[in-house]
Amino acid sequence: MTTFPEAARRELANDQLRTNLRNATETIRAKRGRAVAELPDWEALRDAAKAIKEDVLANLGPYLERFEEEVTAAGGHVHWARDAAEANAVVVEVARRHDATEVVKVKSLTTDEIGLNDALAAAGIHALETDFAELILQLDGDWPSHILVPAIHRNRTEIRDLFARTIAPGITSDDPRDLAEASRAYLRERFLAARVGVSGANFGIVETGSVCVVESEGNGRMCTTLPPVLVTILGIEKLLPRFADLGVLLQVLPRSSTGERMNPYTSLWTGVTAGDGPQELHVVLLDNGRTRVLADEVGRQALHCIRCSACLNVCPVYSRTGGHAYGSVYPGPIGAILTPQLHGIEHAASLPFASSLCGACYEVCPVKIDIPRVLVHLRAKAVEATGGAGERAAMETAAWAFESPRHLSIAQRAGALLTRPFARGGSLHRLPPPLRAWSRTRDLKAPATRSFRRWWRKERS
Amino acid sequence: MQIALFITCIGDTFFPEAGRATVEVLERLGHEVVFPSEQTCCGQMHLNSGYRPEADRLARRFVNVFGEFELVVSPSSSCVGTLREHYGIENVYELSELLVRRLGVEDVGASYRGRVVYHPTCHSLRATKVGDAPLRLLRNVSGLELVDLAGAEECCGFGGTFALKNADTSTAMLDDKCAAILATGADTCTALDGSCLLHIGGGLSRRGAATRTIHLAEILASR
Repeated sequence: MTTFPEAARRELANDQLRTNLRNATETIRAKRGRAVAELPDWEALRDAAKAIKEDVLANLGPYLERFEEEVTAAGGHVHWARDAAEANAVVVEVARRHDATEVVKVKSLTTDEIGLNDALAAAGIHALETDFAELILQLDGDWPSHILVPAIHRNRTEIRDLFARTIAPGITSDDPRDLAEASRAYLRERFLAARVGVSGANFGIVETGSVCVVESEGNGRMCTTLPPVLVTILGIEKLLPRFADLGVLLQVLPRSSTGERMNPYTSLWTGVTAGDGPQELHVVLLDNGRTRVLADEVGRQALHCIRCSACLNVCPVYSRTGGHAYGSVYPGPIGAILTPQLHGIEHAASLPFASSLCGACYEVCPVKIDIPRVLVHLRAKAVEATGGAGERAAMETAAWAFESPRHLSIAQRAGALLTRPFARGGSLHRLPPPLRAWSRTRDLKAPATRSFRRWWRKERS
Repeated sequence: MQIALFITCIGDTFFPEAGRATVEVLERLGHEVVFPSEQTCCGQMHLNSGYRPEADRLARRFVNVFGEFELVVSPSSSCVGTLREHYGIENVYELSELLVRRLGVEDVGASYRGRVVYHPTCHSLRATKVGDAPLRLLRNVSGLELVDLAGAEECCGFGGTFALKNADTSTAMLDDKCAAILATGADTCTALDGSCLLHIGGGLSRRGAATRTIHLAEILASR
C-alpha cells in the first residue's frame, strides 16, 4: 500500500483539488459552526450521544440478539456476516434469487468497505449508485474522497463534461440545477424498474427492530421503498438501544454533517408491511474487524463514529490532501484511527502519523471520540509492528540524552558543534538527513550557544 | 510565592531567552523562581512518536523532580498539556495561565514597541486551554499594537515529528500560516510554544520575511 506521505505528495501537487477542497471544507465548517452555536445545550447533547454509544458497545452482544428478535418478529430476515465475503454473498444470493441484473443503491460507506459493487459485478449484477455524487464517481470510475461529499474533489465543469460523455449527451450547461435534472431523468426509470434495493444504515433501533437512513436527496427514500426487495448492510456498532435515542442523535448528526438543523430525508422502516414498501427485507449484521476494534480499550471509541465527517472538514491535513491520500473508504482523522484498527495496523501503519495532533477533530466530534489520544495509542502499536531501526536509534539516543542533566548537556554541546558548519546568521539552511526533510522548505534556528541551564548555573546559582 | 521553572528541552536548547524572560517577569512580580537542575524533558516527543515506555520514564522523572513543588511554571503550553492530559499532573502551569488565572495578574508592567500578531498554538487552545489569558496580557503591554490573525486557530503544521514524516503536508500548512501572518503587516509574531515558533520562524525566514518570532514571555519581560 502507498504510504500516506507518498500519496499526500501526489495530491498536494493538484492545484484544482486544493482549491476545491479549501472552498468546500471552509463552507461546510462555517455552516456547522452556525448550526451548532444555535444550541445552548450542545455540550450536553455531545455527552448524551457519547453515553448512548458507550452503552451500545458495553452491551453489544445482548443488544444485537434483541435487535435480531425484533427484526424477525416484524417479518424481516437477519444475516450475520463475519467479514466482507460473507456479507457480499448474502446480497448476491438475494439478487440472484430474484433474477435481478441490476440493484439500486443508496450511498453507503459500509458497502464500499466490503467492496460490494465489485462482488456483484463478478456475479454479473450491476450496482447502480443513485446518490448524485456517487453517480458521478461511478460514471468516471473514480472513488469517494469525502464521507459526506464524495465528489468534493470535482467541480461542476468537470461534471458537465462527464455527463455529456455518459448519461446526458449534448448537455452544455454546468448550472447545478441542470446537472441535477440530468441525473434525475436518468435515475428515475431505473428506480421504477429495480427489483432489489441495497442500502447501508445510519442507525438500527434495538427495541423496535427499525432501521434508519438519513440523507439529503431523496434517492435513499426511493431505494428503500420502491423495489420489492430490500437488503440493508448494518455495521454492528450502528445500534441504538431505544427509539428515543434518535432524539439525541438526529440533533447532532445533521448539524455536524451538513451544518443543517435537520436533513431533508429521514427514512425509518420496521420489517415488512403488506402493500407498503418492500415485501422482502434483509438486514445483514456486519462485523468485518469491528469486534477486534471493540477489544481495544483505548481504540474502541472509534466505533462511536456516526459518519458525520465534521472531523474531516476541520482537519488541517485532510483539508489540504483530500481523502484519496488516506487510501481507504474512511478518510480524514476518523479514517486514520478506524482503518488501521479494522484492517490491522501493519496494513496502514503510516495513517496514525498523518496528523499534527492539533486536536481540532476532537473539539467538533459530536460523539466525543478523543481522536488525538487514539492516534497516539496507535502510533505506539505501529512502532511495535513496523518501526524502523533508524528512527528507533534516534529515539533511543534522545532518551539517553534526557536521562540526566549531564547527558543532556553533552547532547546539547554535540548538537551545537555538529550544526555549526551549517549555520549562517544564527540559522541553519541546509541540514543532513533526517533533518533534510525540514530544511528543504524551512530554516532552523540554530541551537543557542549557551543553554538555559548553563546560564542559570553561571549567573544564578 | 516560590515557583519552580520547567524550562523544557526545546526551551533549554533553542530558547534560553524565553526562560530568562519568564524568570524576569515572575521576579518582577515579587515571586521566587527556582530551577531544579535535575530536570530534562516531559517525554512528549517520545509519547507522540509511539515510544511510550521511554515517555513514561521521562514523565516519572518529571514527577520525581517537580512533585514537591506547589507551583511549576513552563513557557510551553504543549509540554504542560502533555503532562496534564496524559499523565494527570496538576501542579504545572503554562506562563500566561499562571499569571492570569492563578495569580490574577493581567498587567505585568511591560512595554513593547511594535505591531504584534498572536498565533494561538493548538495545544494552548485545545490541551492546556489557556483561553484569552495571553491576549489579556498582551492588551496591557504599553506601546504594543495587537492585530488579528486570519485562520488563527488553524495549526501551523509543526506537530513534532509530523514536520519531518509528513514534510509536504506540514509545509502546505505552514505556507498558509505564513501568508496569514504576512498579510497582517505585523513586525512580530508571538506564541506560547517554542516549538511552533521554531517552525513559523523557519518558514518566515526561508520566505525572506523580516517578521520576528518571539515567545510571549519576552514581550512581557521587555520594558
